[in-house]
Amino acid sequence: MARIIVVTSGKGGVGKTTTSASISTGLAKRGHKTVVIDFDVGLRNLDLIMNCERRVVYDFVNVIQGEATLNQALIKDKRVETLYILPASQTREKEALTKDGVEKVINELSETFDYIVCDSPAGIEHGALMALYYADEAIVVTNPEVSSVRDSDRILGILQSKSRRAEMGQDPVKEHLLLTRYNPDRVEKGEMLSVQDVEEILAIPLLGVIPESQIVLNASNQGLPVILEEQSDAGQAYEDAVARLLGEEREHRFMTSQKKGFFSRMFKGG
Amino acid sequence: MSDSAATDTKQSFQLKSASVSLTALELYYFDNDEFEANLRDKISQAPGFFKDIPLIISLEKYEGLDSELDFFKMIGTCRRHNIHVIGVRAANDDQRRLARGASLALLPGGSLKERPAPEAPAEAEPEAAAAQEPANEPAPAKIINQPVRSGQQVYAPEGDLIILAPVQAGAEVLAAGNIHVYGPLRGRALAGIHGAESARVFCQSLEAELVSIAGHYKISEDLQDIGWKSAVQIQLRDDVLVVTPLDKA
Repeated sequence: MARIIVVTSGKGGVGKTTTSASISTGLAKRGHKTVVIDFDVGLRNLDLIMNCERRVVYDFVNVIQGEATLNQALIKDKRVETLYILPASQTREKEALTKDGVEKVINELSETFDYIVCDSPAGIEHGALMALYYADEAIVVTNPEVSSVRDSDRILGILQSKSRRAEMGQDPVKEHLLLTRYNPDRVEKGEMLSVQDVEEILAIPLLGVIPESQIVLNASNQGLPVILEEQSDAGQAYEDAVARLLGEEREHRFMTSQKKGFFSRMFKGG
Repeated sequence: MSDSAATDTKQSFQLKSASVSLTALELYYFDNDEFEANLRDKISQAPGFFKDIPLIISLEKYEGLDSELDFFKMIGTCRRHNIHVIGVRAANDDQRRLARGASLALLPGGSLKERPAPEAPAEAEPEAAAAQEPANEPAPAKIINQPVRSGQQVYAPEGDLIILAPVQAGAEVLAAGNIHVYGPLRGRALAGIHGAESARVFCQSLEAELVSIAGHYKISEDLQDIGWKSAVQIQLRDDVLVVTPLDKA
């Protein structure tokens, strides 16, 4: 049985697709057979970040509606052996994702894959509900600012009331907090919420903190999951997050200001 | 119009199940003059509460003769005071027949959950109070262990509400009785929603958007002065919400 992980947030533009691309790539790099599904029907982006937009023939909706088989629609990643992408349709409506249709596709994928990563659209409407419905685990992507935290809280409530696990009365969806666009300098100036603030408000375990970085943007534009930028702090932070997702213990990094000199750290620490 | 056209159009109504809390009048004996005098007396204690309320006549403790039960007079008297008798909870077939004759709905008998209805000064009628004495089971508290998240609503329609987790901004918790939050209260808390003015709100950290007791409320802006972000209790005194830090209680 595959583990089904939804990457969700409520709020748009916080880094769900970037995270879906990096987490799925990271899982596949470690040898797990992984598929990442774009649930953002009508606004598909995942294929751009994964640099496979020119290879999309059939999509998720085609498979649901029986116009193509899964094998025709799945795109094999060129960089990582065990990674597949199921792109969203750009021309359909989100309503094309039916509960039964999504279930059929997920069940079929479960037979051959270890991990199914569902990249949720923003909002709390149909597309987002479909993306989270079958999830076993949820990565809630949050920016360190009040409105993003509020929307994450809303989506956490929906995960605990509207997912299949909730409806069937099974164990609840396992929740992970992933804080993205984190800038320790701005936290120090009081312009951003700190990790502790967000953890305290949302009260769920922290999976990782991804520092704000130009590299994330550059990688996105080049169609490269940022986790493959192995030298960058953002890439390493995603690497850590994947390790934690798989149960490894890793210390959290990139949470304090980089520019801070040795002495100031000594004085503050002392 | 053909049959198919009729089935295509939307139905004119839909039946839904609803549960409403009603006031029941427990009748011991019936004498219309006394009945009216007692009723007038009750209404004068809380005129607003009794205006246009639906009322059930409960006969489970009726001691008089069934022949003295004149539902038409009872309905008329109530109507004069803007109270609408809608049904009867009868104890025997004769009573049921009489009620049906007066076009009143019949309610299933059995355990009438005794909650001291919003009876303003309880001492005003000692014999009624005495009759109600036999140990009333308190309504069970509703206990929540999970955080109440933005957009969620938790409602305890009968007793207290106890939450062992945060109540987040954008969440709403409501109770007929008291509300206890063993975590930060960041959302809205409404206690005593059926009018219980003695209800209170307790929380570990007051960061609420709104706190209300029996319809009297304060918004976040007006709560900043006392006990903000600390453990407090909030109660109603002379129609004003009063916040008291718990360490000074």
